Amino acid sequence: MTLEARNISFRYGNKPVLKEVDFTLTSGGFHALLGPNGAGKSTLFGLLTRLLALQQGDILLAGQSLKKQPADAMRQIGVVFQQNALDLDLSVRQNLMYHGALHGLSRREARSRGDQELRRFGLLARAGDAVRELNGGHRRRVEIARALLHRPSLLLLDEPTAGLDVTSRRALNDHVRRLCKKDGLTVLWATHLIDEVHQQDRVLILHQGQLLADEKGLEIYSADGSKSLAETFESLTGSAP
Amino acid sequence: MTPAQYWHCFIGIQFREWLRFWQQRTRFASALVRPLLWLVVFAAGFRAVLGISIIPPYQTYITYETYIAPGLCGMIILFNSMQGALSMVYDRELGSMRVLLMSPLPRPFLLISKLLAMGVVSVGQVYVFLMLALFVDVEPPLWGYLAVLPALILTSLMLGAMGLLIAMWIKQLENFAGVMNFVIFPMFFMSSALYPLWKMNEASPWLYWVCQFNPFTHAIEAIRFSLYLEWNPLAWGVITGVTLVLVILATAGFRPQRTKILSSKPA
Repeated sequence: MTLEARNISFRYGNKPVLKEVDFTLTSGGFHALLGPNGAGKSTLFGLLTRLLALQQGDILLAGQSLKKQPADAMRQIGVVFQQNALDLDLSVRQNLMYHGALHGLSRREARSRGDQELRRFGLLARAGDAVRELNGGHRRRVEIARALLHRPSLLLLDEPTAGLDVTSRRALNDHVRRLCKKDGLTVLWATHLIDEVHQQDRVLILHQGQLLADEKGLEIYSADGSKSLAETFESLTGSAP
Repeated sequence: MTPAQYWHCFIGIQFREWLRFWQQRTRFASALVRPLLWLVVFAAGFRAVLGISIIPPYQTYITYETYIAPGLCGMIILFNSMQGALSMVYDRELGSMRVLLMSPLPRPFLLISKLLAMGVVSVGQVYVFLMLALFVDVEPPLWGYLAVLPALILTSLMLGAMGLLIAMWIKQLENFAGVMNFVIFPMFFMSSALYPLWKMNEASPWLYWVCQFNPFTHAIEAIRFSLYLEWNPLAWGVITGVTLVLVILATAGFRPQRTKILSSKPA
């Protein structure tokens, strides 16, 4: 499913956070949203998930405006937030079933879909465990499984690897890439870590609220004669990735 | 979205609240200590000081314990609602709020379901409290326990919506100590929870009117009258109206950017 952000600007009080951001995510692709801390990534996520109200511009999902068809849009979106959004005291399955209910699924349906997702993620054996007993990497996987429970076609992940070690980060990144390829999911993966971005990915570089690049990683750095995306990123944003 | 989907969502929200309640039952049990102290210790000490004449809905002289029991029911709901609202906007419940707001169902529906779910847990605590109050001879008629249910639910919805409004719009009150000093205690003391209002009128007419304008007074009176199977149209009218207004304001005016739902940084 395509997502079009049209000319989005957003300010907190007098402070502009996003300035005329304009991009389109193509259906079934993995897109990296790369930006240093404070670039406006979380604000952009807030707007895409309707946690923030649009001030200027529009967001279209499969051609439909988020403003006009919020329910349709939310059915199509799965979200993994930067901060934990799991109930640590409840079991993995209970967390998934709560999400299912919020999307109008019956208990039976939510349970069967939840178990299906957990099996796919290799976590079915942990279904009855409290989330608190899971390690960081597994918790993030549960959050992704949950985000996919209602079968969205767009998956938004806001710095999903925050707080994970290098191995878990890579595993999670590979995992989402496989899902993207296999299920035809459109993915927007926000990060400030350049090693999570492949040179074949579509890369959107966000800096101080402005979109500085929107091309394949390889094209971005070969265009300005740099040796790597990291180098381009550093020269564009002035911050080491 | 179909009615069945609304129903599944509503039940899911209620169920989660009970699961959490069950997980944290010791915390909820300790929350009963406060009203029990008032009932057992404070009331025993005060009984001698405060003579109570026969006032409706009671048909005979009553003990002070009997008088303050409905007020303490209100107190349980008041504390829970304020604590619950703060946790929705600032801490413990932030994760679940993020998930809640990603639902495709309308936001007012989600928020009302959430407030009701938290309210039902409070009401459960009130019933446990009323059972324990039997030990100090607070014995309302049996049917009173059923008749009081709507008043308890309405009160919890009213105070939940009020808590949500306060937590969202008054930045200075983002911690519980602030809410306790500036909301909970004034509302509790300027109500008919601890003393009948005619007593207050004798002491200070203007305070009497403050108490009369406090919706918490009417919530307590609705609880008191229902518990003794009497009808109090003024109390019911006030709390129904106030609940409606507060629920509309709190849900329609809900702005995630005024909370910490989007980020853990200060909103």
